[in-house]
Amino acid sequence: MSAIQEGQRGQRDGVVIDNLSLSFGNTEVLRGVNLEIAEGEFFAFLGPSGSGKSTLLRAVAGFGPKPRGRILINGQDIANLPPWKRDVGMVFQSYALWPHFTVRRNIAFGLEERRVARAEIARRVDEALDLVGLRHLAERRPAQLSGGQQQRIALARTIVVRPKVLLLDEPLSNLDANLRVQMRREIRELQQKLQLTTIFVTHDQEEANTTSDRMAVLDNGIIQQVGTPMELYDQPANLFVAGFLGTANVLPEQGRHLVFRPQALAIAAADTPAIDGCRRLAGTVRHLEFLGSIIRYGVEVEEQLILVDDPHRRGQPPFPPGKSVVLDIPEGQITRLPAEVN
Amino acid sequence: MPASGSSSLRTPAIVGLLIALFLVLFLVFPVLRVIQVAFQDPHSGAPTLINFVDFFGNSLFRESFVNSFYVATMSVLMATVIAVPLSYFTTRFNFGGAALIQTLGIIPLIMPPFVGAVAMQLLFGANGSVNLLLDRYFGFTIPFMEGLNGVIFVESIHYFPFILINLSAALNNIDRAMEESAQNLGCSGFRLFRRIVFPLAMPGFVAGAALVFIKVFDDLGTPLLLNVNTMLAPQAYLRISSVGISDPMGYVISVILVGFSLLSLWFSLLALKGKDYATTQKGGGGLMRRDLRPWEKAGCYAVVILILLLVLSPHIGLSLLSIGTIWSYAVLPDGYTLQHYVTVFSHASQYISNTLLYAGLAALIDVILATAIVYVVWRTGLPGRKWLDYGASAALAVPGVVLGIGYLRTYHSFTVPFVDLPLASWWVIIVVAMTIRRLPYALRACTAAIQQVSVALEEAAENLGATKMRTVRRIVVPLMTGGILAGFVTSFATAAVELSATIMLVARESDAPLAYGIYEFMQSAAGRGPGAALGMLAVFFVGLATYISHRIIERGHSQNSAAAIVAEEQQ
Repeated sequence: MSAIQEGQRGQRDGVVIDNLSLSFGNTEVLRGVNLEIAEGEFFAFLGPSGSGKSTLLRAVAGFGPKPRGRILINGQDIANLPPWKRDVGMVFQSYALWPHFTVRRNIAFGLEERRVARAEIARRVDEALDLVGLRHLAERRPAQLSGGQQQRIALARTIVVRPKVLLLDEPLSNLDANLRVQMRREIRELQQKLQLTTIFVTHDQEEANTTSDRMAVLDNGIIQQVGTPMELYDQPANLFVAGFLGTANVLPEQGRHLVFRPQALAIAAADTPAIDGCRRLAGTVRHLEFLGSIIRYGVEVEEQLILVDDPHRRGQPPFPPGKSVVLDIPEGQITRLPAEVN
Repeated sequence: MPASGSSSLRTPAIVGLLIALFLVLFLVFPVLRVIQVAFQDPHSGAPTLINFVDFFGNSLFRESFVNSFYVATMSVLMATVIAVPLSYFTTRFNFGGAALIQTLGIIPLIMPPFVGAVAMQLLFGANGSVNLLLDRYFGFTIPFMEGLNGVIFVESIHYFPFILINLSAALNNIDRAMEESAQNLGCSGFRLFRRIVFPLAMPGFVAGAALVFIKVFDDLGTPLLLNVNTMLAPQAYLRISSVGISDPMGYVISVILVGFSLLSLWFSLLALKGKDYATTQKGGGGLMRRDLRPWEKAGCYAVVILILLLVLSPHIGLSLLSIGTIWSYAVLPDGYTLQHYVTVFSHASQYISNTLLYAGLAALIDVILATAIVYVVWRTGLPGRKWLDYGASAALAVPGVVLGIGYLRTYHSFTVPFVDLPLASWWVIIVVAMTIRRLPYALRACTAAIQQVSVALEEAAENLGATKMRTVRRIVVPLMTGGILAGFVTSFATAAVELSATIMLVARESDAPLAYGIYEFMQSAAGRGPGAALGMLAVFFVGLATYISHRIIERGHSQNSAAAIVAEEQQ
């Protein structure tokens, strides 16, 4: 709402997705998606595979079947424009660097299509190469670059045309674990420096949490919840969001669900006195996993398994399987959800 | 590739040496001999360039050279004109005729071009069906089959599938994101095609075009049957068969043929080098396809059906010829009869039995050699093993005429013990020629097969106590069966209609195979009917074999999927 109003006032713009639906044949992939992304915001689409997150991103870029509904960028509806007139920059999952061009020509491509003067192209390509720190690779071919370098070149090729929106389609999925952490930091820094409105598609919760200002969790073509990473984690709107963002314990209670995180519980010996403001559950340890910083217990409470993360300290013996224990949850750590949802 | 000690290399070394010996005796040495003779003074035996000077000083040879070059180039152009729309339709549009186009890509390959050449003359010649009809209704004719035109016409109809297959594969291998990223950066329409799609598909096209060029440049049967003798391959054949094997001109032409073959191969390698543009990633493969509007669809079908008719015309013409009584200056034969088939079976059955024997033996030897070569190359640490692969594949660059001349020259004075015949005129030499010429096909099939078999499957067998030999027999060969069978069938089918080397090596009628029989029959007007009937039999054999090999490969895909998964995961 606010983005639309501000857009109408001609101040801060951004991306507005208005009641967007899309089908592949008879399969509905997106069902009435509404979203407002503010200018300069780093926004993540998070969801499992098949949730429609990539389809939504591709719809913004103009690829795939034609959607119903509107896509506004800075107040202009682009839903009926062909991809080459949208001025949104997309970084592809496979990078899609053209193997028959050098790095320099790959980056220059978009500027050439925009009929930018030759000297200006050279200057801006150098600038983009400096931005990603790969000026020395300008004359190489994509096949001669490592995965991380290809990723940076793909990024440079996209931002050099100064798109209105930057779209990143699972850009880190082809990199190994260490590089992924480094690249997500670099992408975030670059986005901050350029103040680019950015949409980032991922199935990795940690990636979304660490990079984005806000995110939308998608499932089954429907946006389940929108908010900052911490809001979504602490106040999930439904069981899907609660379960998708980390581990959640769910206890049914009088037509509702009580949802709480494993680390919100305190585990103690059965004879420990009760604590004020806490709900107490009694159960038996079924299994435990030593994960280093924590011990994860599976505690059976009234035929239901509750997971408990207990911080580990040296010299502290764990509760063995079969041991009777009590679990204390502060009331403030419990999210109550209506049972019908999901 | 584990190579534990020298003892494990003893068997591969012996096998490798035997194969190398075979290749040296029947490929390397004869070809080197041909080259040597070309650079040798016929009288003194001293090294000289005089033969080449003589060659280019002779206007007939100069004309032949120019004609061969012209015909090969024009055939590539014509084949491109046929292949480009077809590959574009299948890769760009959601087009229902894709199956039809696939069929189009196979039909020409089941009939060697020379078999259909005479039938094409009757359909498209100056007094052929098409021109008679054109003249009757529109008052003009088209010289489709006039001289070199005929060769170009027949060859391009026959060889366009090489471009179609390579170009379609190249287009299909372009990742959709390649195109999408260009659109995302503002590029569309023809610019997109010119800047992204075309350059990415180029290596595939060049590979196909180079292949067509070599095939046409080296082809002997088609110009001979169309009575076009002013080309290089027919000149080489005529010099050797009429002037004799000591005439240096045949050798000079051979060197030129080999030179151009190598040049085209080098050219296509150059085009492909460092340009492995198979950019498809998991997920979105192939270019973006779009639906056709009704009138566009009608247009596509019209083009495809026109090409289909053109491609089928040798087959249609040949069938008519094989059951027609007299067919001359008429749109269709005067009457129909089965007499030609009776003639073939009563008087010419030796052609068929010879072909089954020769091609069967050649194909069998080919798959045995190919299996041994791929095992040695891919699974042992034998030094220099790659050379077996190179050596066997080198046969691709040697035109049949050259191999034939090489055998004649090298082995005409070598008498086979007990048979009391020169090796060059013993029927076995025909089998050897077929074996050498089709070995690259079998090798390709077996290479694909062994790459599907994960090394881990062999290691598992060895870990459970099987020796190397038993592992090969119980694990490797059974898993390669599909590829080996496909290689056998392909080698068999193509050997059965091989003409250019055999035509030079057939010493007597009773030893002659099918292709030679067709050639002999087609020489006289009266022999055309039986010749066509024999041709139909050849088409039947090759068609059947092609069908079987496709079935084997398809079945192999599903059977070997487990092995393929293992192999894939290891990459």
